[in-house]
Amino acid sequence: MLAVDIAGIKMKTPVMTASGTFGFGPEYSDFVDLNQVGAIVVKGTTLSARSGNRGCRIAETPAGMLNCIGLENPGADQFLTMTLPKLANYDVPVIINISGNTVEEYGQLAAKLSVTGVAGFELNISCPNVKEGGIAFGTVPQSAASVVREVKKNTTLPVIAKLSPNVTDIVIMAKAVEEAGADAISLINTLLGMAIDTKSWRPVLGNTVGGLSGPAVKPVALRMVWQVAKAVRVPVIGMGGIMTALDAVEFLLAGASAVAIGTANFVNPRASVDIAEGLKDYLVSRGLKQVQDLVGQVNNKL
Amino acid sequence: MPKTIVKAEVLAHKLIGPEVCELTLKASGLVQMARPGQFVHVRVADTIVPLLRRPISIADANAAAGTLTLIYRIVGHGTELLAQTLPGSRLDLMGPLGNGFVLEAERPLLVGGGIGLAPLVYLAKALCTSPITIVMGGRNKNEMYWQDIFQSICQNIHITTDDGSMGRQGFTVDVIDDILTGDSFDMVYACGPRPMLEGVARLAKERNVRCQVSLEDHMACGVGACLSCTCAATDGKRRKVCTDGPVFWAEEVFD
Repeated sequence: MLAVDIAGIKMKTPVMTASGTFGFGPEYSDFVDLNQVGAIVVKGTTLSARSGNRGCRIAETPAGMLNCIGLENPGADQFLTMTLPKLANYDVPVIINISGNTVEEYGQLAAKLSVTGVAGFELNISCPNVKEGGIAFGTVPQSAASVVREVKKNTTLPVIAKLSPNVTDIVIMAKAVEEAGADAISLINTLLGMAIDTKSWRPVLGNTVGGLSGPAVKPVALRMVWQVAKAVRVPVIGMGGIMTALDAVEFLLAGASAVAIGTANFVNPRASVDIAEGLKDYLVSRGLKQVQDLVGQVNNKL
Repeated sequence: MPKTIVKAEVLAHKLIGPEVCELTLKASGLVQMARPGQFVHVRVADTIVPLLRRPISIADANAAAGTLTLIYRIVGHGTELLAQTLPGSRLDLMGPLGNGFVLEAERPLLVGGGIGLAPLVYLAKALCTSPITIVMGGRNKNEMYWQDIFQSICQNIHITTDDGSMGRQGFTVDVIDDILTGDSFDMVYACGPRPMLEGVARLAKERNVRCQVSLEDHMACGVGACLSCTCAATDGKRRKVCTDGPVFWAEEVFD
């Protein structure tokens, strides 16, 4: 009933965990059976280890949060030797979110990490918190396309392009990555935001600005998923503030073939499986046989 | 270490000092695993505002009774809401999280500043040694409700206040040198503001006394996934305050 196939990645449920919010997975194994998660998209991985940004890295905002972690991660080698073997204990697709400083680095990462146990790649061309790479590739259609082409040259695994909402026209970005060969599109990454301490008159975040996530961004994410799903043929993975099964239903109706849970993991570590269960109940209550019956079914005719 | 999520019933909740509350919960299943220095991640409301959990150190745990005590300061919207929680209601708790204190001391010196004294209550009770010496620091005598809490579990109590309204005027660090000189200790445990921790760690190092410090930071996940709370360690690598800490050997995080 819940099984989906996203660009060849077979998942037991359409509910994935979003990169950066679920670590590498085992961090949450005390609370949730990782075998019941649709897919784990691991923390953004770079060629070399990164220590991330200095100073305060998170700030709570109304119904949301800002973060400026800055892609702290142990690097691709450590991922291969330390983390991937642990994930082999679970029956769950592992998608690696990769981030490079240059187009070539994305290709090198894809080549290096195309190993047994890896189900696919999500291209982070939308991180708002690093100086090089990241969002710089995600706001110019030609740059985004060149990253996708480079990765496709270096792997046979499915490639998912993760789009930034910090653009004027998300459809142009989506079409550019689809044309370049992306097998699926995920959106949205965080919205660029800011918070200021009124006592010190200083920015709350160490990096001054950061990415906004959580329920506060859901309407924006939903609108963008709807726009993109209409415009492309490849499957869309919808994310942005999903807290409940009904939130997930909205994204599916808007055209997403799967969804990812991000900030909600911090509030409820079991969110990804709770939402999958709730989705099943919803399908039953509506007399539907499969999750695909919802995808893109929003009816906006008068 | 195993962790869990429980819906803990509030048994008692009272103001014990200016803006400081003591919350006692029935947290069976969680409390039996709790060690001094660990914390719980608390959902202060079932709504999406405030969204994130609040990390609060464990001030006491009674495994037999299944009760957990938290002592926290009201610092913002989240803890203001938490302070309104009434006995009989339930709170969603995740934990116990983090690594606690190493309970290997025959002659321990405890040093706490402000709300940093909270985890030292459970530590002092768990140490099963005597005598225990504690240095308590606060802004003024109104904050020294801690004396009532510690007088039955610590034999030697030293107090400092910023304004001199109780004990010696100054900071905890100002008296530790004398205390370390006057007696022999084999372990210093410290929790409080970062400058205090750095000062205590430096003095302990000078005297060749082992020292553990409990750090705090903003956290989202509490389980090592989001990397909001990482800090630079002296070996050049990073540590997660939530899972590698919050208790560290001083030399691991301070030069």
